[in-house]
Amino acid sequence: MNELQELYQQVIIDHNHNPRNFHEIEHPSHSAKGHNPLCGDKIDIYLTIKENIITEVSFMGSGCAISKASSSLMTEALIGKTVTEAQKLFDSVHNMITSGKADAEDIGKLAVLSGVHKFPARVKCAILPWHTMKNALEKKTQTAITE
Amino acid sequence: MSKFDVNKIRSDFPVFTDKSLVYLDSAATTQKPKQVIDAVSDFYSNYYANVHRGIYELSMKATEAYHSARQKVANFINSSDWRSIVFTGGTTESINLVAYSWARKNLKTGDEILITEMEHHSNIVPWQLVAKETGVILKYIPINTNGTLDLSNIDELLTNKTKLVSVIHQSNVFGTINPIKKIITHAKRVNALTFIDAAQSITHSQVDVQDLDCDFLAFSGHKMLGPTGIGVLYGKPELLDSMTPFMGGGDMINSVTMTKSTWNDIPYKFEAGTPNIAQAIGLGAAIDYINEIGISNIHKYIQHLLNIALEKLRAIDKLTIYGHQVGESSSVISFNLEGVHPHDLAQFLDQDGIAVRAGHHCAQPIMDKLGVSSTIRASFYLYNTEKEIDKLCANLIKTAKFFKGL
Ligand SMILES: Cc1ncc(COP(=O)(O)O)c(C=O)c1O
Repeated sequence: MNELQELYQQVIIDHNHNPRNFHEIEHPSHSAKGHNPLCGDKIDIYLTIKENIITEVSFMGSGCAISKASSSLMTEALIGKTVTEAQKLFDSVHNMITSGKADAEDIGKLAVLSGVHKFPARVKCAILPWHTMKNALEKKTQTAITE
Repeated sequence: MSKFDVNKIRSDFPVFTDKSLVYLDSAATTQKPKQVIDAVSDFYSNYYANVHRGIYELSMKATEAYHSARQKVANFINSSDWRSIVFTGGTTESINLVAYSWARKNLKTGDEILITEMEHHSNIVPWQLVAKETGVILKYIPINTNGTLDLSNIDELLTNKTKLVSVIHQSNVFGTINPIKKIITHAKRVNALTFIDAAQSITHSQVDVQDLDCDFLAFSGHKMLGPTGIGVLYGKPELLDSMTPFMGGGDMINSVTMTKSTWNDIPYKFEAGTPNIAQAIGLGAAIDYINEIGISNIHKYIQHLLNIALEKLRAIDKLTIYGHQVGESSSVISFNLEGVHPHDLAQFLDQDGIAVRAGHHCAQPIMDKLGVSSTIRASFYLYNTEKEIDKLCANLIKTAKFFKGL
């Protein structure tokens, strides 16, 4: 099996066929849309944050196996995290996908995504849900400041 | 296919010395034969100078070569007047030139521009910008989901307010060849001007501006074996003459004083600044190359490849081809394989050296119509082989199987 097949084996086996938290949240406290203009893929991220803790997170959209698996893994990883932890995780994942190094403490299961860095054209697919999540979080931060 | 020797053609393209490359993205841009590369390199190495400026030998030689490229383009599309050929950066710039120098100057609120839902973004967005600034109404000839234009209501879409009809000759998504002659005839009934986007069709069909009797026509050098950075706007000379310049600068003026300038003659009026000389010369060499083989031979050969590819792709389980059902079409095939996202599929094909396109192909309105976010597109040109089609199909089957087993 080649590297690409291996990556897909590890990542997709579960998450593409059986994505976690693949639904809409009716009244999310935070949400954002992501779009990859290159391939036309679209994603929606929904979060419920209570007292600074992410209690609910989900996604919807159409995307390739890598973006779908990345979204699914992300939703699993975020539940129970504080906003600051989520932002830190964004940085760890971003570093991992661009460098291939999965050595950050908070990476855990997300390490399967490290193989994406070998396929530069796909880095955007893997990172899109994370950018969208970050946008969702930051919008709230801004409103929180003006309140 | 006896006269057409694809192996000999392939040997003209340095990129194919890499035997593992299966290049199926010519609708995006074509590879270059050494004849084109050499022509550009010869110019830079042996007679490089600016054009229209020097009275020294070198500059005259460069000017001659630049002019000769223009004459080649005129002959290639059967224009009897070289002044009808404006060199631009590409199809996109050609369309924008007309949007700025003609549409913005001549159209007013309530006038209409008619395009189609099949257009490349470059034949949509410039008109949307015109519409936004001037109050012109942009209308669309609809497409059928089988990849053809729905012309049933064309006489209602064309009104005495229609001032311009701009249509893609060959779809870069479906490969469909549109009945542009018929559309031009309809447009003339309401005295609308006509613009043909020939970016795809120019590569293999006899585009004849006298026979079509269109007012404008555009194409890009890089899609027809030529360099990037060079394109063509054909315009009827009297029309070009009546238009104001697109950009101001050197080369496009007759005289400049502190208060006013007068414009140079066409086509120079539209070519401000030092032009893309090397690229124009390269385009001339590409036209020579195509003429040497014969455009009708190229057409026949890629039509042959298309038929084989369609037959073999149709035999693949769970593969949907968009278009190629009725009417004329060329060797651009968009498809999807159930259960494998186009992006994933293209990545797997790339592992085996097969270059196809995955995406919306700069035609999002078509994707909306088909109800998909993207497709795979394989496009074939004169250097592709039947063997490559077999390799593509074998890989599609292999990939489908891999994904099914996950
Ligand atoms: C039909 C069609 N029109 C216009 C264009 C734009 O050409 P360019 O990018 O060379 O300006 C393309 C190229 O993708 C095309 O396929």
